[in-house]
Amino acid sequence: MKKDMIGDPLNRVDGRLKVTGGAKYSGEYKVPGLTYGVLVPATIASGTITGMDIKAASRAPGVLAVITPFNAPKVPGYQPGAAKPVKGLKLFNDNQVHFNGQPVALVVAETFERATYAATLIRTSYEKRPFETDFHKNFDKGVVPNEGKYKDYVRGEADAYKQAPVIVEQDYMLPSEMHNPMELHVTTAYWEGEDKVTLYTKSQGVIGSQRAIANAFGLDPANVQINSRFVGGAFGSSLRTWPHEVAAVQAAKLVKRPVKLTLTREQMFTLVGYRPLTIQKIGLGASADGKLVGITHESHSQTAVYEEFTENAVNVSRFLYASPNANTRYKVVPLNVGVPAPMRGPGEATGSFALESALDELSYKLGIDPIELRLRNYTYTDPERNLPWSSKFLKECYQLGSERIGWDKRAAQPGTQRDGEWMVGYGIGCGAFGAYRNKASAKIKLLPDGTVNIQSATSDIGPGTATSMTLIAADTLGIGADKITFELGNSSFPVAPTQGGSQTCSSVGSVVHDVCIALKQKLNTLAGLPLDSTAPIDYKVILQKLNLPVLELTQDSQSGEEAKKYSMYSFSAHFAQVYVHPLTGVIKVKKLVAVVDGGKIVNHKTASSQMIGGAVGGIGMVLTEEAVFDDTFGRYVNGNFADYHVPVNADVPDIEAIFIDKPDPIINPVGSKGLGEISLIGVAAAVANAVYNASGKRIRELPITPDKILI
Amino acid sequence: MISLTVNQHTHEVDASPEMPLLWVLRDLLGLTGTKFGCGVAQCGACTVHLNGEAVRSCVTRVDRAAGQQVVTIEGLSAGNDHPLQLAWAEFDVPQCGYCQSGQLMSAAELLRENPNPTDKDIDDAMSGNICRCGTYPRIRQAIHKAAELQRKGGNNG
Repeated sequence: MKKDMIGDPLNRVDGRLKVTGGAKYSGEYKVPGLTYGVLVPATIASGTITGMDIKAASRAPGVLAVITPFNAPKVPGYQPGAAKPVKGLKLFNDNQVHFNGQPVALVVAETFERATYAATLIRTSYEKRPFETDFHKNFDKGVVPNEGKYKDYVRGEADAYKQAPVIVEQDYMLPSEMHNPMELHVTTAYWEGEDKVTLYTKSQGVIGSQRAIANAFGLDPANVQINSRFVGGAFGSSLRTWPHEVAAVQAAKLVKRPVKLTLTREQMFTLVGYRPLTIQKIGLGASADGKLVGITHESHSQTAVYEEFTENAVNVSRFLYASPNANTRYKVVPLNVGVPAPMRGPGEATGSFALESALDELSYKLGIDPIELRLRNYTYTDPERNLPWSSKFLKECYQLGSERIGWDKRAAQPGTQRDGEWMVGYGIGCGAFGAYRNKASAKIKLLPDGTVNIQSATSDIGPGTATSMTLIAADTLGIGADKITFELGNSSFPVAPTQGGSQTCSSVGSVVHDVCIALKQKLNTLAGLPLDSTAPIDYKVILQKLNLPVLELTQDSQSGEEAKKYSMYSFSAHFAQVYVHPLTGVIKVKKLVAVVDGGKIVNHKTASSQMIGGAVGGIGMVLTEEAVFDDTFGRYVNGNFADYHVPVNADVPDIEAIFIDKPDPIINPVGSKGLGEISLIGVAAAVANAVYNASGKRIRELPITPDKILI
Repeated sequence: MISLTVNQHTHEVDASPEMPLLWVLRDLLGLTGTKFGCGVAQCGACTVHLNGEAVRSCVTRVDRAAGQQVVTIEGLSAGNDHPLQLAWAEFDVPQCGYCQSGQLMSAAELLRENPNPTDKDIDDAMSGNICRCGTYPRIRQAIHKAAELQRKGGNNG
């Protein structure tokens, strides 16, 4: 079989729709009889709702319902003894408030304006309780999570770094960061009868949403239809079904009409997760020639009192470098805040910032170039699991990146290189993210005109999934991409995993490959050819010949035992050239080079876009983003785009994405390992390390704002 | 009733004079290509042209548009072939796509006023339009390309 299309730059198949206003997002479907829901947030951070006066709101014009903890219809999955209990916050199920901004009521009215007005008429009385939102004050109340992979880890001897001749021991702080996709979270729900419901909702996984709503309302999943064709960004915030989505479904049942519930931008800061505030301690010990003797990585991060959130913040230190001794400790600190959620490169991005910053510090202490230090501690097998890598080309990433950024121009002595007024520096930061593959299914249809349609219940939150799947199908079938349509974002399609953890290309790409092979084999059989014949077949003609209107096949695909025999990761090395202004502290990223071993690259065009986008997220993480909390009232004070700074055009330089582009021979038939997370992991350290190289200022608390340079 | 011309079609809309133009476009006229991102002119997702000028439609009262010419992404070009739309598709600018209508409308105004913008001009003109997918480097590339197409005599909407 000739494999020459994978890797070609194919224009995004839905690009046209996205530049003409034609792409329809979840909040944009016209449903007859639509009503509007507006949430009323709690104004305290902890306590009991003792009473709610909803008389005026209920009588306000156009109001159809006011749902509160005192009158809410019971959600079956929220009740004790539920067959499949819903985890997390059970909205309106009791009168307890766990965090400021938690919804205490949902107003449903004929128009959005009327619902918004009525929401202002509700008077809520509380019995306040003391609350804890101050992470630093509560640092010592951190607990070890229950799940096994978050237990303390020791290889060799714990804290062995302390005995080494050269030591770095530092704390690194990351504030809470908000996903803030440009599209707000929005759900439209309507019931048909008592046991069938349809949702248009912002979702990274329509099957996950289907199961969550089915569990909440005790329904057969087949009676829950989820549509989420276009998703206006998510970055992890739509990995789960949130309580307000359940509330929209609950409200639609009560008013017996479709309900649309859209969060406000401010509510996006409290109700749909965030990257948690984290303090990490890294201990590195090395011999004088730069061999690591011990790595210790400890992390404390915030979680909610009502639900535990965990992520892989410390895990990277177990396997990224060879060290005979390594240990990690991970704790979460429960606070009266909304629960965090995985945010692009979850945990790994946080952990990599700390580890890669500390390694940079060690390089200066040792007087060894940071890349050379990484090479001296390179590991050809996974030291954590004691398994071979399925593939690893990180060394090649170092080499290509250092060439492209001009590493040879880097001054070994910080603060010594200038360009006019500006101080110039270079930095490197590396990362790794698990290469996952989950079971996926797809249906393929060969149509009378010889075109092919493939359906799978995956999502596209921006990477260009339909485009890469089209390329894989075109390549496998040996027909033009213009003869193929790929459909996603619909729960009635064959089951596919949620789009998260950089697994879509691997999981769904594999089944697209496999279902295309199955179709070819079926056609070969029908044509009387050997099963694996590569003789060209005219699809249109063969259907006519066989007198078949369509040919349809459904296929599952999943991994075997590979994950037990190999350690599978994507790797990245990010390089930054940074200018720092000595008088103003202004930091300009002048150039970023992202080099990635993500296995085979299916579509260079969309893959490069994804890499660039992740790097921009990394710039936000390291230089601009911080959700500022006021512990007096227990709420964010910068819940808007004026005060919470996401990077804009002027913050972002040209970014070069470079792919090693070697197929991983183990993970899946396509050979791809995933890009979505790795694109961001390592960027923060690369920039922070470049800031140090430029200015001699080692900033360990993100974001690195000009004031921190000047202090 | 308020009369306004959107993409060269005149509409009579039953809206209160202070209703944001964005809501009229999306909810009353069904032109959902223009997006809501913040509601307070901080993100640029709702950018449209009012008498040729880029405005944030989420904070523009509909009565300000009464009797005036409004152009939305749906009307940026007759055949969806504005040089910017062509360049946007070629350079794979959109990822999730949600902010791109606003980006394109801001870029269209830039190109009209400055047919040969530098990177700095682009950064200055476009930094009010947030893109969370991080398409900014692609936007710069595509605006340069569109400027080139425009100079070669392409359609300028």
